[in-house]
Amino acid sequence: MAKHHITATVNGDPVEFLCEPQETLLDALRDQLNLTGTKEGCSTGDCGACSVTVNDRLVCSCLMLAVEADGKSINTIEGMAQGDELHPLQQKFLEHAALQCGICTPGFLVAAKALLDRKPDPSEIEVRYWLAGNLCRCTGYDKIVRAVLDAAQQMRGA
Amino acid sequence: MRYEAPSSLERAVDLLATATGDARVLAGGTDLLVQMRTDILNPELVVDIKHIAELREIKEEAGGFRVGAAVTGAELNEHPKLKAVWPGVVEAANLIGSTQVQGRATMGGNLCNGSPAADSVPALIAAGAKASVVGPNGRRELAVEDVMLAPRQLALSKGEIVASFLLPAQAKGTADAYLRFIPRTEMDIAVVGCGVCLNVDDRGNIGRARVSLGAVAARPLLVAEAAEALIGSKLDAAALSKLDAAAGAACKPIDDKRGTKEYRIKVAGVLARRAAEIAYQRARTA
Repeated sequence: MAKHHITATVNGDPVEFLCEPQETLLDALRDQLNLTGTKEGCSTGDCGACSVTVNDRLVCSCLMLAVEADGKSINTIEGMAQGDELHPLQQKFLEHAALQCGICTPGFLVAAKALLDRKPDPSEIEVRYWLAGNLCRCTGYDKIVRAVLDAAQQMRGA
Repeated sequence: MRYEAPSSLERAVDLLATATGDARVLAGGTDLLVQMRTDILNPELVVDIKHIAELREIKEEAGGFRVGAAVTGAELNEHPKLKAVWPGVVEAANLIGSTQVQGRATMGGNLCNGSPAADSVPALIAAGAKASVVGPNGRRELAVEDVMLAPRQLALSKGEIVASFLLPAQAKGTADAYLRFIPRTEMDIAVVGCGVCLNVDDRGNIGRARVSLGAVAARPLLVAEAAEALIGSKLDAAALSKLDAAAGAACKPIDDKRGTKEYRIKVAGVLARRAAEIAYQRARTA
């Protein structure tokens, strides 16, 4: 079976790649585009480690075929910092020590950014529900929630 | 595997109807890709229906709403009018999975995945929704309760696709509600789900009712006896008690890790009461 030729925008840059029809967007990001910041956790949509946005919609990249990305705009963790300047969420994750092993962190950051892009002033409950599809195996949830709320506050003030 | 993304229903139907091996419809993919990943399914052809305009729209029609089968949960949640008129349906669809899953999951997929525990299905059944099914022999309308026959078995023939759902026009004083019980707060599969839709007159009497239960039998149930327990009442204690008993009596559940048969029967009655109370309050102000 012939490979599919995909053109898309990833973190603002035009990209092209070839993929197998059954290949997931997660595998294409990591293996074709070498964007390995997006992590593979469960591969069944339960853990959120592979979170990316597709046309500004938060999704699990393991639950989407790479061919479906044709013509779409995708944002991954690699697009979050501006050069050497960390996004406020990344900075607050560091300040609050909101990560231990770090495997879940890119997914949490991408998901949290998608929340703050929509809702700059979320309540703690809204943050917890929004992030319910992101699992942290080190169980560092409380620090993550504090970091997101602190980043939101800083971004509103900026 | 072959991937096709047709832009017309006719082409999608033709692809599915003429497929020689296992052919699957891809809507949100939140069930299909998991089943492919875990080797439960190994389709020869996947037909992505998201490039077909009709399947991606929410439109007002005949005083109600036509919702495309490939509209995502997040999109339903972002439609204020649909949410205001059919809050139970939207709540039910929004209970499926995480924020990430909501970005992809669809009611068409939720129904056609063929799980007895699908959250949006009892809400659609209670709402009296019709599925518009398109196939090689044209289009037909099926009541949503008639689409699923048993786990993973649908009343669709080869080449047929659920294209959209029609949520009917509502008489004044009509409202719906859906409740689900799971062992944790988020991200789980229903132990029991219950959808209720009521029509209430100016004096508070229930004129029409539909009650549907999920995850308590081989397919989501429309429970006529539970509706009859409510009709003519003002949702007083006696009616709620009859509803509870009728809901429990309709259950033919399995034992599994989420709950025993006895537990599911008990929870079905409790959820039916609570969903009826929410629908009633909404209907009084609708």
